[in-house]
Amino acid sequence: MTVLEESRPRPPLWRDVRVLRVVIQVLAGAAALAVLYVLWFNLTNNLRAAGLPTGFDFLTQPLGVDIPGSDISPSAPIWKGLLNAVKNTLALVVVGIPLLTVIGVLVGVARLSTNWLVAKAAGLYVEILRNIPPLLIIFFVFNAVVLRFPVLQESLNVEDLVLVNNRYIAMVGFTAQPNFGPFLAILAVALVAASGVWWWRTRRSERTGAHHHRFLWAFGVFALLALVGFVALGGPVGLSRPILDGRALDGGFSGLAAYWAVLAALVLYTASHVAEIVRGSILAVPRGQSEAANAIALSSFQRLRYVILPQAMRVAIPPVISQYLNFTKNTSLAIAIGYAEMTRITFQLIGNGQPAPQMIFLLMAGYLIFSLIISLVVNVVNRRMQLVTR
Amino acid sequence: MTVETPIFEETPPQVEPARGAVDWARKNLFNNWYNSLLTLALAALVIWALVTLLRGLLSADYEIIRANLRLFMIGEFPGDQLWRPWAAAYCWALIIGVVGGSLAAGARDRATEAGLPYVRTTFRQIVIRSWPILVLIVVILSFTTTITPTLLTIGALAVGLGSYYLSQALPRAVRRGTWLIAIVLIAASYLVLAGFGGVGWQGWGGLHLNLFLTFAGILIAFPFGLLLAMGRRSSLPVIRTISVTYIEFVRGVPLIAVLIAGAFAIGFIIPRDIRPGFVTRMLIGIIAFEAAYIAEVVRGGLQAVPRGQVEAAQAVGLAPWKTMRLIVLPQALRATIPAMVGQFISLFKDTTLVAVLGITELLEATFVVNSQPAYLGKGLFVITLGFAALVFWVGCYTMSRESRRLERKLGVGER
Repeated sequence: MTVLEESRPRPPLWRDVRVLRVVIQVLAGAAALAVLYVLWFNLTNNLRAAGLPTGFDFLTQPLGVDIPGSDISPSAPIWKGLLNAVKNTLALVVVGIPLLTVIGVLVGVARLSTNWLVAKAAGLYVEILRNIPPLLIIFFVFNAVVLRFPVLQESLNVEDLVLVNNRYIAMVGFTAQPNFGPFLAILAVALVAASGVWWWRTRRSERTGAHHHRFLWAFGVFALLALVGFVALGGPVGLSRPILDGRALDGGFSGLAAYWAVLAALVLYTASHVAEIVRGSILAVPRGQSEAANAIALSSFQRLRYVILPQAMRVAIPPVISQYLNFTKNTSLAIAIGYAEMTRITFQLIGNGQPAPQMIFLLMAGYLIFSLIISLVVNVVNRRMQLVTR
Repeated sequence: MTVETPIFEETPPQVEPARGAVDWARKNLFNNWYNSLLTLALAALVIWALVTLLRGLLSADYEIIRANLRLFMIGEFPGDQLWRPWAAAYCWALIIGVVGGSLAAGARDRATEAGLPYVRTTFRQIVIRSWPILVLIVVILSFTTTITPTLLTIGALAVGLGSYYLSQALPRAVRRGTWLIAIVLIAASYLVLAGFGGVGWQGWGGLHLNLFLTFAGILIAFPFGLLLAMGRRSSLPVIRTISVTYIEFVRGVPLIAVLIAGAFAIGFIIPRDIRPGFVTRMLIGIIAFEAAYIAEVVRGGLQAVPRGQVEAAQAVGLAPWKTMRLIVLPQALRATIPAMVGQFISLFKDTTLVAVLGITELLEATFVVNSQPAYLGKGLFVITLGFAALVFWVGCYTMSRESRRLERKLGVGER
């Protein structure tokens, strides 16, 4: 080989692949840097010409806008408002993702049900919701449903357990009593003990082949310890009922109506996509698996739980992750109905005269971090689920 | 290896034929206790929903849509220049007809050359496949107050169908220039709207703007997406890094953030004397966003091309660029058609986001009309949003069904 290459005359420089590779990369890199430099140059110049700050010092200045549903005053610094917005986005993501997963899997399985009506109804749900813009669904839920709830003074009140009006939806919640701190510690201990029991039951089952019943055991240990702690500390947790005090809502687990509207709309929309993925993944499981499960007389639930779904899950996880990411990004649509998440606050602050480039930079960085965290978490799960072959 | 007789006899499916409706219901609705319960509960729910929906549909007052139909369709286009959107619609009927017809004729020719049977798409099939669109057209026309729009629509449909069948009869040499005809017609459809004292896209609105943003967004973003995809697959680290950084950055942020950047930040990073209009800035944001997604779609297509194809091209001495253009891209792009339709659908839905920034596209129009003095505070959002939902649903559903059909067809062609 080497002899052959040595003996061959080298091609001229402009046709030598080794030279061309270097030249092209240097040119492309230089062009990219030049574009970035020009944009940066324009940005700083334009900001200065507009009399706007070029750094991030403005974050300590007063917010200047009111954030509904929070106790942050307009005189609080901007960074506090932004943190609150991150928390609000997080509230949508953390509640929404488990919800949409459950609904999506249920509907996806229902589409393949042997019950004709169930399959058709699930199909109808998927085909309708999937093909309507999510923003329109949010508007519909908010303007045509939530805003038609009774006004604050005439709230719908179900036995002080649920309180519904067109500003808030509140449910009965928990409140801390004396000894709440020690109780939390006991709960943590109980959780550790339950994990230990789970591990022990699994190991035992692996050694002896007896059924592990690990969920029952672990849950039992946790519940027992929690109960003992609860009684011993004299009831450290109390019920808190939502109570209307004039125009303010007090106690309970409450959320702005806008929050519930965005949550419901986006969960329903994304679940319809997840349902399609679940259906496709179940269909991707070879028929023989299902027939084999029937042959050893598993019930239809057992067949689904132990044979079909674990295999379908491997196919489904990557596209479902991208739906989670879509859901996270779609929470930005809450801007349209005034729920104070990240995009909404950014929009408001820009309208209030804060420098747009920096605000948008922070906004995008926020979403990138969210996306990154979700991909990381789910990739870990994915790696554990993957089929290990040879 | 020759196998004379199959080892396993194909057993006919042992499904008992259903005997009448009662038997069918017992098998498919009431085969055990929980299915029976589910059926009853669901049937009650479905009937309740249907009755509510029907009652709502029948008792609703559609005056708000009737009075604002023009706003929904074309925004605030000047009323004395209505011939312009109609002429553009005729251009597009012609484009769809000619392109569809020459595609069908091309498939017919290829099938004949290969000696394969060619199944011609009949008029009946076209009607059946596009039933949601036909329903939508009827619904929209039912809201018109004069007979003119109905006649013009029938004319446009006739032009579309006529050009579909005519272009199939054209000789091959002429059909090869279809793309040229299409480009000329697209330019004509723009000129007829904007040229000679018309209204440029800054003044467009309604459904027309949604469609424009979708088409223009996809078409202009496509070359960029193609470059990014090829860059991502490149063996040159610098080019790959630039492409990956751009694609992953854009895919990590929501479109609305990109649009806000388009609205408020583009002005800061371009020279001060260039001041693009608002819709243009939205379009720039959409293109920047779509390019990254199209890049991922095209990358999927590129990865679907077997390595052997490239190696074979190298073996016959094709230069890298020719390998890409003649061997890889034709196969890759064909494989991406269904995913591209998917991208088109999702962009069509996403064009509603410009409503947040106050542009009167279809969704924003449904809000604008609710704040007109005649309808203010009457809570007619159900009707207007329902109308917009129907329009979007018809577009997306038809396209997604066509793309699934195409996927099956292309998949079959592959093997």
